[in-house]
Amino acid sequence: MSTQRTYPIDVASIREDFPILDRHVGGDVTVAGESDGDTEPLVYLDNGATSQTPRQVVDAIVDYYYGYNSNVHRGIHQLSQEASVAYEAAHDRVAEFINAAGREEIVFTKNTTESMNLVAYAWGLEELSPGDSVVTTEMEHHAALVTWQQICKKTGAELRFIRIDGEGRLDMDHAAELIDDSTKMVSAVHISNTLGTINPVSDLCDLAHEHDAYAFIDGAQAVPTRPVDVAAIDADFYAFSGHKMLGPTGIGVLYGKESILESMSPYLYGGEMIRTVTYEESTWEDLPWKFEAGTPVIEQGIALHAAIDYLEDIGMENVQRHEELLAEYAYEELTAHGDVEIYGPPGDDRGGLVAFNLEGVHAHDLSSILNDYAVAIRAGDHCTQPLHDKLGVAASARASFYIYNTTEEIDRLVEAVDAARQLFA
Amino acid sequence: MGLGSDMYRQQILDHYKSPRNYGEMEEPTFSHVGENPSCGDTIQVDVRLEDDEETIEYVSFTGDGCAISQASASMLSERLQGMTLTELHELDTDDITEMLGVTISPMRVKCAVLARQVAQDGAKLHNDDIDDLELTNLEADEN
Repeated sequence: MSTQRTYPIDVASIREDFPILDRHVGGDVTVAGESDGDTEPLVYLDNGATSQTPRQVVDAIVDYYYGYNSNVHRGIHQLSQEASVAYEAAHDRVAEFINAAGREEIVFTKNTTESMNLVAYAWGLEELSPGDSVVTTEMEHHAALVTWQQICKKTGAELRFIRIDGEGRLDMDHAAELIDDSTKMVSAVHISNTLGTINPVSDLCDLAHEHDAYAFIDGAQAVPTRPVDVAAIDADFYAFSGHKMLGPTGIGVLYGKESILESMSPYLYGGEMIRTVTYEESTWEDLPWKFEAGTPVIEQGIALHAAIDYLEDIGMENVQRHEELLAEYAYEELTAHGDVEIYGPPGDDRGGLVAFNLEGVHAHDLSSILNDYAVAIRAGDHCTQPLHDKLGVAASARASFYIYNTTEEIDRLVEAVDAARQLFA
Repeated sequence: MGLGSDMYRQQILDHYKSPRNYGEMEEPTFSHVGENPSCGDTIQVDVRLEDDEETIEYVSFTGDGCAISQASASMLSERLQGMTLTELHELDTDDITEMLGVTISPMRVKCAVLARQVAQDGAKLHNDDIDDLELTNLEADEN
């Protein structure tokens, strides 16, 4: 099945940096980590949910805890200064990575969802009122969809959804119709976590700006897999998560244009985010610290810095090419029998993931059989329930690829789908 | 191999592909519906009791969803005939996995026990042991 492929990146040497890829599975799930019953070599194709972590990132975490663990921005002692410098440098590194102007535009949060909520609460609750509209898409992740839905309920603003066409692309004529002078925010996913569609986010930002609206782009599936330039996109806000790009869980990023962040009130109050406090009044720290109340995600920020170093060492253009190669291969191999439906655009004009169903087999049955073949994929609605309703399916199976995946692993996926096909024939 | 192939033994696949007692009953003594929304599993169970209002005479079901949920409903519909409502209420998760004859992975237990829960809730509603449950939803407890 597999033809010899030349990868744009050195997959074999990359795999050596990820000890978990040597794991076996199949045994007792109540025992965390490899145990006696685990006999099948793991094929990890659930990177859209979370990526694995290389030694270099874990080393950065260990170096921090063993070498200079301390709270930031408080102590005059040396450890606190070292931690503060490293934590601030992590903001600079993220800014450089996505081409933001500087650390003032980079707020560390818990994840993409919290970045979304920060804007929804700090900006949306303040600025939206009846007569206003928020325009989003039918393919949004619940992170954006549910958040704007609830904020619109609270404020009386109208929520509008840009249609998708038969191939899972945004209907940009419909977008141009929906975005009008009532629109205060256009919120769109950069790459759909279900359809794999790469949206024309720069065009959406332009449409928003023509009507003096802001644009929020959810880049959770984009930043890990390709070069992203927030300045070129001209997004007002852009969000992503560390754990989908080789970093740890517990850190997300909110990029915001400095002038807009400056105009917004804090989302959380407390320590670290204040400049002066009396019993009656408080004033706020400079950006980005104004939005990072309490002891922040120090370890995670430092680890994200290491993750970005790792990715840029490979080169984001190369990461993208590898993703495209694997997605195209998976698309061809899975659809060879004509009984697998893959959602979203055909060909290589898509992100590195395929959500699909095998005719006559429920997605959960399919994923159980895949699990038996030690193939880890995601089954369910992938936090896009309304989109699945629109597609007319309750659930789908999703394989999502990353830098350490190979065509041989996709062959294993296809083999497991064959087994399911035969079992349910 | 591990859990997956074990979960899809012949008996499960047979009941999934050729469900027993499938269809809506003309005049059930009681009828109830349930679902696992995230899976898309739905089950309706129709039950006719004998004149003693305690012994189950006949059970039928309709539904849609994964093999585990539908096979479990089919097997349960056979198993329940002749049982009393008291015996129905005593059926626990272990009884269902025993009936299925396979190891059910933890994430799939809610698929396996949906039909049983629908039957039990239907019986409780019929006897006014609970009031006002429009829909059994095994995931509601999780939230």
